[in-house]
Amino acid sequence: MAFLDYLINGISLGSIYAVIALGYTLVYGIAKMLNFAHGDVIMVGGYVIFTMMSNVGLNSYVSVLIAMAACTVLGITIEKIAYKPLRQSTNLAVLITAIGVSYFLQNIALIIFGEKPVTFKSVIDLPKITLFDGQIVIKSEAIASIIVSVVIVVGLSLFVNKTKSGRAMLAVSEDKDAARLMGINVNRTISLTFAIGSGLAAIAGALLCSSYPVLSNTTGAMPGIKAFVAAVFGGIGSIPGAMVGGLLIGVIEILGRAYISPQLADAIVFAVLIIVLIVRPTGILGKKVNEKV
Amino acid sequence: MSMLEVKDLSVYYGVIQALKGISFSVNEGEVIALIGANGAGKTTTLHTLTGILPARTGSIVFEGTELTKTPAHKIVKMGIAHVPEGRRIFQQLTVLDNLKLGAFTRNDKDGIAEDMEKIYKRFPRLEERKTQIAGTLSGGEQQMLAMGRALMSRPKMVVMDEPSMGLSPILVSEIFDIIESIRKDGTTVLLVEQNAKKALSIADRAYVLETGRITLSGKASDLINDEKVRKAYLGE
Repeated sequence: MAFLDYLINGISLGSIYAVIALGYTLVYGIAKMLNFAHGDVIMVGGYVIFTMMSNVGLNSYVSVLIAMAACTVLGITIEKIAYKPLRQSTNLAVLITAIGVSYFLQNIALIIFGEKPVTFKSVIDLPKITLFDGQIVIKSEAIASIIVSVVIVVGLSLFVNKTKSGRAMLAVSEDKDAARLMGINVNRTISLTFAIGSGLAAIAGALLCSSYPVLSNTTGAMPGIKAFVAAVFGGIGSIPGAMVGGLLIGVIEILGRAYISPQLADAIVFAVLIIVLIVRPTGILGKKVNEKV
Repeated sequence: MSMLEVKDLSVYYGVIQALKGISFSVNEGEVIALIGANGAGKTTTLHTLTGILPARTGSIVFEGTELTKTPAHKIVKMGIAHVPEGRRIFQQLTVLDNLKLGAFTRNDKDGIAEDMEKIYKRFPRLEERKTQIAGTLSGGEQQMLAMGRALMSRPKMVVMDEPSMGLSPILVSEIFDIIESIRKDGTTVLLVEQNAKKALSIADRAYVLETGRITLSGKASDLINDEKVRKAYLGE
């Protein structure tokens, strides 16, 4: 029964990684950049929810909605101020800027909220599920994480493949100039991508902090990196890939922690990534990129 | 007044001047050919026209509106569609999605459906392959898709960049037949071609570009008999 317990925990954690990984994958697919500040947007979302619930006294779901709005605005602003001026620059310049934005957000949070972590009150207020006469207890946070991530992946796939804005995102992802010639506003499409990714980061923040209720200015950093690993693992640029990668990383991490070594759990995650990239460089569901000659 | 009026247009790539003050005009209903060797500035001209490249000096006026300050995505809506060099279709999307993207600026559902039918009639192979991923089409089919995609914006004017490039002689003739039929439907065509002979045979007028300058212009039927043109571009 312990195995089943670990598996459920792994799937739940993996679902949260999946939601974060979607942000990486969308922005990478469309803007062709690694937004390393993405994890910190999760932390900002967490603090917005915390403030709204604890200091303002709002309902948890309203707080999540406010955090989504705040993170969406934050994401668009980061893109406008930090990344857009570098559209013609080298990838390295953009990457370093993203790391800079990451530290900037962490330090702003440090100034506002201090270095002492706060205890986050779960946004999910539902009973837990007990199976097999109490041998397995599934926390409502775990169920919520799984359901929310599935809904997001399905919704996002439909949005990208079935709507006009989604089709514009696919076109921009493949060929920016050709997309312009179709009448697509490329800058607006990139803004939309950051808006969606950051809105999802707020949801991820709500789920993450509800399951692991300690919130500090570096809360987003490690899950951010692991979700990035998940995105690469699943095939960066692919929406179902983010889901598959997220779930696998979550399960590997929890099982590794339980059966191999709690200290080595993170190392195992990265080791698996290295092996996958050696065997299959485009990730599990990644498309082979046909470089134009 | 002409539909399109280009005056003293200069374009730079960094410090290199690609267009050195060219002027030309296109009247409604015409097929205009822009011919010249590699690197003469033909593609640069089209890219500047549709807003992909910025102009340094000069003006481009389309139906009374200045285009040099208009972003590319708005120019499509004004009625200019661009069939780019090398087709630039969206390889990973289906044929149908490519055509839908061609109609991106339009919101008239019925009109779009009507034009889709027209394009399927003109290019029956695109209808057969509409659910296929565009990257799996043959070169000729991809060129037809690029043309169909451009027509989906219901343009007043289509600019085409080397539509016959890399195609077999039979397909080249087919492409030029299609260009003629597009003109017959009332769409103005600005055609850039290395296949000068074919281009001059269907064009009304033509301009010859040499290293960023227009060196010759006139009726296509006159140019095709011009001694210099025959030597330099028709290989005679």
